Amino acid sequence: MDIEAAKVLGAGFAAIGCGLAAIGVGSVFGNFLAGALRNPGAADGQQGRLFIGFAAAELLGLLSFVVAMILIFVVK
Amino acid sequence: MHQFAIEPLFGSNNWSIAGHNIAFTNSALWMALTVGLLMLFVSGGLKRQLVPGRWQMAVETFTGFVDSMLATSVGPNGKKYVPYVFSLFMFILFANYIGLMPLGIVGLHPFTLTSHFTATGVLSIMAFSIVLIVGFARHGLHFFALFVPHGTPLVMIPLIFVVELISFLVRPFSLGLRLFVAMMAGHVLLEVLSSFVISGGNGGALTFAAAAVPSFALMIVISALELLVAGIQAYVFALLTCVYLNDAENLH
Repeated sequence: MDIEAAKVLGAGFAAIGCGLAAIGVGSVFGNFLAGALRNPGAADGQQGRLFIGFAAAELLGLLSFVVAMILIFVVK
Repeated sequence: MHQFAIEPLFGSNNWSIAGHNIAFTNSALWMALTVGLLMLFVSGGLKRQLVPGRWQMAVETFTGFVDSMLATSVGPNGKKYVPYVFSLFMFILFANYIGLMPLGIVGLHPFTLTSHFTATGVLSIMAFSIVLIVGFARHGLHFFALFVPHGTPLVMIPLIFVVELISFLVRPFSLGLRLFVAMMAGHVLLEVLSSFVISGGNGGALTFAAAAVPSFALMIVISALELLVAGIQAYVFALLTCVYLNDAENLH
């Protein structure tokens, strides 16, 4: 396979990671909402933990974006 | 892409420290603008009236927000970090929003300084060094207890120590990377969509209706999302700094 084609294919495969991180972020917010609707009084106190979980889930998706960018622009 | 290019504005010939050129770049210009706006914003709220006006209320909302964030994640010991975390949060917030402003209408090219790892990396290294300095100053060598959680079985200690050490050392990297990639990805997405609008409009009536108009509608929605992301990323950066400071202050 041509190296140029392999790079672009790899960057495309890395985009799968972004979609998987979307599932993770949706799960974080969805479960928070499910819990918050059961006990709205306790919801505001947990916002910090919500965003820590969001940040952890999002970081892995962003890493796959970084992999795609490295494949396209850095790998010779 | 042109919007991410760092260009020297002046001083590229003769300004140097130890052989390294320190020209005043467009990144430095937008950093100075961000700090100037931030100082303007905060100085408007320093009147200390008993009944605050609108501007003072806006500033006090932000300081109260940072104060409660530190109080919940660090506790009473976190009070002394309020100035640092407030400056960090507001600088990132202002930088993110200034980079999103539609200044191209008046001919200026906005530059998002948080879309560069050099800028966000320095911010995260600063947070990491504060954690190290405070941790070793307060707890001495006992700070290494951070890497061995309470109740770890004796046989597991070497393995857990290595895992915790790696997760600790990766923090400054992940902290800076998250902000930089989130901002860069948003701007790249907007640029790609705007190129669809332009080439769709040039392609004729069919591509204009099929590609340019939907892309433009999507651009508006994504811009709204980017406004949200700019706020969330500044919040997450400040929040994770608070969580790391909590480790240094209270050792789990």
